[in-house]
Amino acid sequence: MENALELLAFSPPGWGGALLRGLVTTIQIALGAYFLGLFLGLCGALGKLYGGPILRGVLEFYTTLFRAVPELVLILLLYYAGSDLLNIALESMGFERYDMSALTAGIYVIGFVQGAYSTEVLRAAIGAVPSGQMEAARAIGMSSFQAHRRVLIPAMLPFALPGLGNLWLITTKDTALLAVVGLSELLLVTRQAAGSTKAFFTLYLAAGALYLMLTLISLAVFALIERRYRRGQPVQG
Amino acid sequence: MQWYWLPEFMPRFIEGLWVTVQLLGLSIFFGMLLAIPLGLVQVTGPRPLSWLARGFCTVIRGTPLLIQLWLIYYGLGSLFPSVPWIRESALWPVLREAFPYAVLAFSISVAGYEGEIMRGAFRGVPKGELEAARALGMSPFKVLHRVWLPRALQNVFPTLTGEFILTLKAVPLASTITIFDVYGVGAIVRQETYRIYEPLLFVGLIYLLLTLALVLVFRYFENKIPKRA
Repeated sequence: MENALELLAFSPPGWGGALLRGLVTTIQIALGAYFLGLFLGLCGALGKLYGGPILRGVLEFYTTLFRAVPELVLILLLYYAGSDLLNIALESMGFERYDMSALTAGIYVIGFVQGAYSTEVLRAAIGAVPSGQMEAARAIGMSSFQAHRRVLIPAMLPFALPGLGNLWLITTKDTALLAVVGLSELLLVTRQAAGSTKAFFTLYLAAGALYLMLTLISLAVFALIERRYRRGQPVQG
Repeated sequence: MQWYWLPEFMPRFIEGLWVTVQLLGLSIFFGMLLAIPLGLVQVTGPRPLSWLARGFCTVIRGTPLLIQLWLIYYGLGSLFPSVPWIRESALWPVLREAFPYAVLAFSISVAGYEGEIMRGAFRGVPKGELEAARALGMSPFKVLHRVWLPRALQNVFPTLTGEFILTLKAVPLASTITIFDVYGVGAIVRQETYRIYEPLLFVGLIYLLLTLALVLVFRYFENKIPKRA
């Protein structure tokens, strides 16, 4: 026990500080990727509902492909191919090469994967809003944009929130996969610490506890958000 | 795009495919074997057992699978060699491989996620059906075996299909502990030919087909479930 505490001390030679810095990186990536995914998901869901056949086909391809291929494969593909393609595009247009930081690349990669899942969650939630609500909004003279902002999105949130909560938990855990491409988030830091101290159990358990804490706090926060957005809904018996 | 390496590595991809399928099958089998009691005790079990099961599910669902896998492989793997009676036992040649650790980690993960789903499934079976079974004189075990479990499984079958696809997509993680599944073979190709995208795209394609196959197999079983007209 004494040994474990020494190992997890905040200042070197303890690894506690390094683990916490890893946790901060993990949270940064997860937040960035989640909101990027939400934005893509909202665009995707609206595109699937209102778009023409070509746009719908492209979106269908995106969501099917990204949900069928393992995250690890996608992460490797996007991590290497994404920055490569960006540079080819930039150079062909006569711009300088741009070296994306690992953190940004990680956010984009996980964000694109999450976008596919968010699209489906949001599309289903929008479908669950009775069409009369949107018709009523248009009938009292709201513009299409106003009707979406004021009626559709608040009305679909209660349906979407459980799915979106799950997606957030999946995002936080997916960031661990970035350890495989060498991004020093929590898991990779843990692996380095475990490799150099040989204290596999202590360090992995500590990292696991940090992830678990993140999950439990997130669950509590989502319960609060859900309660707030369910205010307008009839009470379910 | 260059695909000249494909014929040379095809036999290894087929071996890898077999490893992937084995890992998936064994994990689902052992995972569900654990998930059913985990779900059941959360519905009917005594308080402490139910809390224990709920805690287990939360911990497994709240931590990344990769960390569970590495904890089991590196943790247990570094512990076992230091225990003499394990080293001398007949199981040692098996325990030296990475495969059993992967099966253990994936099974525990499946048990955690599906235990939660089975909890909902057991609770979702109408009380009347269980009372009717008991009224016919079935023993508690028979009620579970003939009515409660089949009805619960029927109700969550589509959900379970989705969950098993997620498990299939978690299998590549095994390549991080020196197991050569389809993805692992793809990584070998990458190292030996320095082609980055083609092997990954090929692995992606195989997974697309595997997902499709899994969906078709489960749809076949789903259609066997008698439905009320």
